[in-house]
Amino acid sequence: MLILHCPYCGVDVDETDLHAGGEAHLHRESTGSSDQDFENYLFMRENPKGVHFERWQHAFGCGKWFLAARCTTTLEVFGTYSAQTTEPPQDIQDAITHKRQGWSWRNFG
Amino acid sequence: MSDVVSALNGKSMPGDVTITEAGLRGMITLRGDLGNSRVRSVCTGLTGVDFPLQGQANCVGEQGLAWMSPDEVLVLVRHDAVDAALAKIANSLKNQHHLAVNVSDARAVIMVEGAFARDVIARLAPADLHPQSFATGTIRRTRLGQIAAAFWMRDETTFEVICFRSVAQYAFDMLANAAAAGPVGHFPAAQ
Repeated sequence: MLILHCPYCGVDVDETDLHAGGEAHLHRESTGSSDQDFENYLFMRENPKGVHFERWQHAFGCGKWFLAARCTTTLEVFGTYSAQTTEPPQDIQDAITHKRQGWSWRNFG
Repeated sequence: MSDVVSALNGKSMPGDVTITEAGLRGMITLRGDLGNSRVRSVCTGLTGVDFPLQGQANCVGEQGLAWMSPDEVLVLVRHDAVDAALAKIANSLKNQHHLAVNVSDARAVIMVEGAFARDVIARLAPADLHPQSFATGTIRRTRLGQIAAAFWMRDETTFEVICFRSVAQYAFDMLANAAAAGPVGHFPAAQ
């Protein structure tokens, strides 16, 4: 069972209270982007074995979206943070580095 | 004028933990900037309780304030005082971005009272109900069985549950069933 900390409610929330929203930190391509970039934005997703960044919604609680950094193999959660960011905050990145030396995910790590 | 009745019309299930539908209650969902002093003062003025901190609910009698999310608070007033309260909110927050809606008749309120009320809630909700993390005045929005619900502790042996009116019967039956099953004994006994 996945348990994430909702940064808005300040409580640890069970997976069944949450709604999964797929990959985090997608860069939205818009008018003027190339077909290749737009295809990547629409369809290409990371599917890592290890460190991953995801969007989650506290659906049964406050209803807010937040982002989570976790490990897909161990279900270890490195931290959750506000969705109003374009990259993982430094403390989250440090927490991952502490546990997973040399990690990388897209442009981060 | 039609008679206004609550979802289960005050239905009660007596026992070691008594489950009672609370009857008509006035509830206003207020969304806005909870840090704003005008928002806070109109809420406290209507209910006579302190503005709640994150994850807290302050209630006295039928009046109270419950923190629902960083931009939402539930204002509890008497059922017949809702219209006046809404008018007061609209007047006080005239040029302030906000949303206030009467949700009294969209919801049901169920009281869970008794020595092991904590066990009854813990049986049904995926929330940490240990006395160290869930004490008097704590509110949690989560689910009970298969439905969305919120509950808060009025005192050591009383929980107040709110859910949608359409699922009030399900919530009541589930709580009554959990109460009839007796205490679990996992938590230290309530004083």
